[in-house]
Amino acid sequence: MNWLDHLPALMLAVPLFGAFIAPLTAWGGKGLRNAWFLLVSVVFSVLAILLWSRVGAAGPLIYVMGGQGWNIALPSGISIPVRILMEIDAFSAFMVLLGAVASLAGAVFSVAYMDRFSGMEKFVALYFLMVTGMFGMEVTGDFFNFFVFLEISSVASFGLVAFWRDRGEALEAAFKYMLVSSLGAMMVLLAVAFLYSRYNVVNMATLGKVIEWGMVEKTALVLFLTALAMKCGSVPMHMWMPDAYAEAPAGVTCALIAVSQASLYGLFRVCFTIYGAFMGSPVIPWVIIILGILSMFIGVSMAVIQKEVGRLIAYHSVSQVGYMLLGFGVGLLALGDARAMADYGFTALKGGVFHIVNYTMYKGLLFLAAGALFYATGSRNLNEMGGLARRMPKTMVLFMIAAAAIAGLPPFNGFVSKLLIYESSFAVHPILAVFAMVTSVLTLASFVKIFQTAFLGPELKKFAGVKEVPGAMLVGMTVLAVAIIGLSLFPTWSLNNLVEPAAKALMDQTSYIGAVFAAAATGGGL
Amino acid sequence: MIGNFPYLVVGILFVMGFIGLVFERNLVKIAIAMSVIEAATNLFIITLGYRTGGSIPVWTMAGGGSSRMVLPTPQALTLTAIVIGLATTALMLSFIMMIYRHYGSLDVRDIRRLRG
Repeated sequence: MNWLDHLPALMLAVPLFGAFIAPLTAWGGKGLRNAWFLLVSVVFSVLAILLWSRVGAAGPLIYVMGGQGWNIALPSGISIPVRILMEIDAFSAFMVLLGAVASLAGAVFSVAYMDRFSGMEKFVALYFLMVTGMFGMEVTGDFFNFFVFLEISSVASFGLVAFWRDRGEALEAAFKYMLVSSLGAMMVLLAVAFLYSRYNVVNMATLGKVIEWGMVEKTALVLFLTALAMKCGSVPMHMWMPDAYAEAPAGVTCALIAVSQASLYGLFRVCFTIYGAFMGSPVIPWVIIILGILSMFIGVSMAVIQKEVGRLIAYHSVSQVGYMLLGFGVGLLALGDARAMADYGFTALKGGVFHIVNYTMYKGLLFLAAGALFYATGSRNLNEMGGLARRMPKTMVLFMIAAAAIAGLPPFNGFVSKLLIYESSFAVHPILAVFAMVTSVLTLASFVKIFQTAFLGPELKKFAGVKEVPGAMLVGMTVLAVAIIGLSLFPTWSLNNLVEPAAKALMDQTSYIGAVFAAAATGGGL
Repeated sequence: MIGNFPYLVVGILFVMGFIGLVFERNLVKIAIAMSVIEAATNLFIITLGYRTGGSIPVWTMAGGGSSRMVLPTPQALTLTAIVIGLATTALMLSFIMMIYRHYGSLDVRDIRRLRG
């Protein structure tokens, strides 16, 4: 038995262990706590890379918690998976990898950014709990565990959003986020209960195998869709997103983006893997497409008028989530129709998957850069800033990379994924592509605005003492900048190795389901 | 008909909680509404697992007992959900306490510094 076989369990155990040891590191002083923060983050990032390459080489991984296989002999001869199963296919592994990179960057950044504040051991503990919840949502093969991990990541992130509890705004944002999340989690639990009432299973693969199209299933699907769209920040329940993202400490926001992507992952797991074959009616795909279009357009138009850097960037998150919903919605529309799938559906899925990685990287970098501006100047208001290019040249370059990527300027990765989404949505209806392009133009406009007001212009007297931010913050930002540049310089490599396996895994319902049952046939899941 | 009565209660509770969540203006009442929704969900899951005349779901080698048991899984699910709900409620109430310290009010109309 190779220790690599236990990768899925380690993926959860390492950050969880990190979280519970973190309060103890307070006795060793600041140095020990920072070392622990960085060590655990690096370890789970390495594990994520190993997991991703293993899934890429060997196909979906099945892991049974505490047992050899999921078949246990009961007198009644039960033949459905009753143990705690984890299943990682290419899409899950891809999401885990992204989440790990974003959390690592956020952790490195936070070491310097949060240095002035007390209570950091609690911050570290909550941070790791949030990361555990995110990984759990992505690797689990079981709906009830999905709910539990959803709650773990949400409750930890409420605490982190309200970390600066001396600010009333932070508490207000955390409370709003909490209401939306708790309601969402209860709806997920109700949906799980509906499916359980019908099939007596909560295992995803088994559900995908036995599900039929009926009233109970429709109710469950609507509950899942509402709850998870709410959690990932789509219009019309987007208002928690700018508040929470702008009020949370910057390093947390970077990881929080990856956490909300985990909800998006859940949404597509439900739509593609569980319901997949029954999505024959175009109603649900069109609902997702329309939610996407509305999120894109409303998000970006709210962003253009913001004065606070954090809120402006956070409204862009709403609009970027819209792009992904549009891409996946078009892919879902083509599901079950082989010709449409080959024509535009697969392109749309690739665009959506590629946009998830791009979005996580450049949005994380933008929030970190906004955090760096706040750290250096003590201001969040764009109207008070100016002429910072001379004072903070490195931050400016990093911000420029991220802004060019999000606006979709040609050599950058944002351009590739947006082009894939334009192409495929144009095939469905030209008006979709028009909305997507207008959004892209407005995105560029608002980032030109931040860049011009914060960095350009004459030097202001009150910022004469402003210095470049500490090295650890620059390193955190560089991690993400390197990822962006890598994705931009090697689009073919990243499309072939990173994006396509994930998109294929989503499209191919039977491989996800088959993997669980094949593992049972050979008598072992490990 | 009488068998469906618990589901009716669940529906009424859920709708009541939802209405409270949307229309109440006092933060504490909003927290109560959230707890009502949680209670409705838990009741729903417990009801799903109930079998009329069923015994506790413990299988012993000694035999005896009826072969008709209530389902154990929903009870395990509910137990977990209750624990999570407790933690969420505690955190929500402590947020409300701290918001009151900052804003001096529990009315949602006064707690609106984040807008636009």
